[in-house]
Amino acid sequence: MSPSVPLQEMIRAIRSARTQCEERGVIQRECAAIRAQFRNTDNEGRSHNLAKLLYVHMLGYPAHFGQMECVRMIASPRYSDKRVGYLGAMMLLDEKQDASLLITNSIKNDLSHSNQYVQSLALCTLACMGSAEMCRDLAPEIDRLLRSSNSYIKKKVTAHPSVLIVVSSVLTCVLHGAVVLITQLCERSPETLERFRKTVPDLVQIMKGLVISGYSPDHDVAGVSDPFLQVRILRLLRILGRHNEAASDAMNDLLAQVATNTDSTKTVGNAVLYETVLTVLDIKSESGLRVLAVNILGRFLLNNDRNIRYIAMTSLQKIVVTDHIAVQRHRGTIVDCLKDQDASVKRRALELSLALVSASNIRSTMKELLIFLSSCPPELRAHAASGIFNAAERYAPSQRWHIDTILHVLTTAGADVRDETVPNLIQLITNTSELHCYTVHKLYRALLTDISQQPLVQVACWCIGEYGDLLLKGECQETEAVQVTEDDVLDALEIVLQSHMSTPTTRGFALTATMKLSTRIIDNVDRIRSVVSIYGSCIDVELQQRAVEYNALFKKYDHMRAAVLERMPVIQKNSVGQTNGEVGEETVKESQAAKVAQKEMALPPLLPHQVSPSDSHSAPDKLLLLHAAFESIYAPLASAPAVTVYEKNGVTLTISCEQQSDSGLTVTLTASNSSDSDISGFTLQAAVPKSVQLQMRAPSRDSLPANGAAKLTQLVILNNPNKVGLHNAR
Amino acid sequence: MMRFMLLFSRQGRLRLQKWFTAISEREKKKIIREMTTMVLARPPRTCNFLRWKDLKIVYKRYASLYFCLGVEDEENELLALEIIHRYVELLDKYFGNVCELDIIFNFEKAYFILDEFLMGGEIQETSKQIVNRAIESSDMLQEPAPL
Repeated sequence: MSPSVPLQEMIRAIRSARTQCEERGVIQRECAAIRAQFRNTDNEGRSHNLAKLLYVHMLGYPAHFGQMECVRMIASPRYSDKRVGYLGAMMLLDEKQDASLLITNSIKNDLSHSNQYVQSLALCTLACMGSAEMCRDLAPEIDRLLRSSNSYIKKKVTAHPSVLIVVSSVLTCVLHGAVVLITQLCERSPETLERFRKTVPDLVQIMKGLVISGYSPDHDVAGVSDPFLQVRILRLLRILGRHNEAASDAMNDLLAQVATNTDSTKTVGNAVLYETVLTVLDIKSESGLRVLAVNILGRFLLNNDRNIRYIAMTSLQKIVVTDHIAVQRHRGTIVDCLKDQDASVKRRALELSLALVSASNIRSTMKELLIFLSSCPPELRAHAASGIFNAAERYAPSQRWHIDTILHVLTTAGADVRDETVPNLIQLITNTSELHCYTVHKLYRALLTDISQQPLVQVACWCIGEYGDLLLKGECQETEAVQVTEDDVLDALEIVLQSHMSTPTTRGFALTATMKLSTRIIDNVDRIRSVVSIYGSCIDVELQQRAVEYNALFKKYDHMRAAVLERMPVIQKNSVGQTNGEVGEETVKESQAAKVAQKEMALPPLLPHQVSPSDSHSAPDKLLLLHAAFESIYAPLASAPAVTVYEKNGVTLTISCEQQSDSGLTVTLTASNSSDSDISGFTLQAAVPKSVQLQMRAPSRDSLPANGAAKLTQLVILNNPNKVGLHNAR
Repeated sequence: MMRFMLLFSRQGRLRLQKWFTAISEREKKKIIREMTTMVLARPPRTCNFLRWKDLKIVYKRYASLYFCLGVEDEENELLALEIIHRYVELLDKYFGNVCELDIIFNFEKAYFILDEFLMGGEIQETSKQIVNRAIESSDMLQEPAPL
């Protein structure tokens, strides 16, 4: 058994251990010695052993064998033993340990001890690790202490959380603790809140005394008298004045006084001012006072201290919805904070700026936001991008500005934008027909510089495909003209097709764009033909399918090519001024119905040869043809009216759609025969894009009698589980 | 109210831990680990406030020690900084030009001083003098150590 070593020696030994292993060795030796000492009951140096054990515990080593020793120490008559024993109890015991019950009796005795410091030890320990039952058991003792004349003890008791179970009167001599106590009482029970409302004038008096009073060196912190007490009183006033007109009126003057008189050069003063502002904003204060509060927050924003800027912005964020106009005045400062170095300040500034965007300041704010986007930390980029899109959608002063903004975001933060951005942008571009030329030129130039940002590349490919002829024309009012040859354009698209940076979706876009250009350019159609046929054997199934179909378009259906690859019609936007996201998608989907109707009407020759009883056309033909018709009629369409898609030789085929669910669509095909001869062996086949699931129900009949004697109906269920958006790729 | 106060060195060694709510040992160890990693990872000129779960963490570095206070949502962060500063002042008055070594070798005294200043997660006494006097009196009661 090694001799016991004084506490300081042990600490020095542990600190001088050079490796973790060595330290563990020292500690194990010490713990063994301590355990031996504990077994030895009449050892005088017990407190030192326990202190050593506590140090070891703080380093993270197990020390539960000291629990019983704590109990013994607490029961000892010596003050030093009690002190360390209670400290041990606070550190090693908690509510769940059985040993804690054993000290209840000791605590009870110590609460009635003649020495106030012993009483305070007991109280402190009870506060720290006392369970609810323990507190209830000891309630009578605590109650007695509360009424004692010793202010030292009273102060401790009022600060004690368990006193909530006991207290019944307001104490005036131990102010801070009393205020804390009242605050907690009021937070927990509304009746107490009502009762304490009448103390508001007293609290106001006390505060006034603190604010105006002379210099009291003991409670003073940097020129502010007892800031801890001031803040607590303000918080209590806040709770009392919330939702209550009368109480709020009573404190108006005081709050104004505190707000104006407190010195704000040091943190302490600012702490008090901050609490005042929070109180003013929370109670039913008059508008002048609120403006004063917001101005204080504005002053905080200009403060050099980063902490103060941070809390100013946190508070402004809470009130930006209710006091929007007042916060707008400080918009300039907030937008400047976007350039701050601290990440949390930046985040708050971003959220506030986005909340403050309005029609009048959209241009300047957006400029700052775009600068921010290029230098912002990566975790904020997605949030910033979507915020910018929302703001642009709501307050865009002009279409061109809107398109420019979106393009700017795509070039700087393209990887972090949401998926719907691409179809939304495409729709936006389609709708601003006067800017097609400008847009396609800009996108072409962007494509030449950088093909790594996928959303941008997709939009660019689509535009070049659609408006390639405008690009080749070379002239444009809004931007300088660049001479672009057909080869340049095709080169650009081929680079996208072959680049390893392009995702399969992007390559799909590029391939379709190349195909569309076949009707828009004059000389290089053969080049396009060869590109398309190469991809007919591509490994990627989607690309291969497209290439094969386009090949077919070149070979067998060349006469239809121009019609199929015609310019997309303008999408009717149902509602204006709505935010991006879900609503945007809905408008796109609703307008698809109109678009489908238009498209069907415009392209009847899409479905020739399809219905012929003895026809031995191979399946792929039929597949392709209905493909084009159906590919826009997938999922969430509102019910579209019946559309006649084919009328020839007396056979009429109509399609009507009905939306069943978010992603399901029922299409009813109705065929009728107005000719003089019966048609038998009538079958319909359909194909859909890979993202859509198709289910064809059995037709009602398989022959069409003459002269419209009976109709044939067939139900087709389409399911678009991924809700693939406006897929203008084709 | 405050939930906990931790003091740790720049290497992440814990020097003092005070918990104002009853939580299990495992929970305590977890919180200590997370606090030390979070606070030590902060770059030098950032603000002293963090959000962690539903608490606000207020930390301040004094020489080689980090003082870390976990407070509830309604607390005034600037005041929490002042609380930390007041505690440092009390330590300074007691030890005379306090440094980390004082707190290492006399950790139980640091606890006693803290227990006079804070209790149950709230400030107990706002006057520096009274706290100092209480500590001195308690020390006087302390029986001399056996040789």
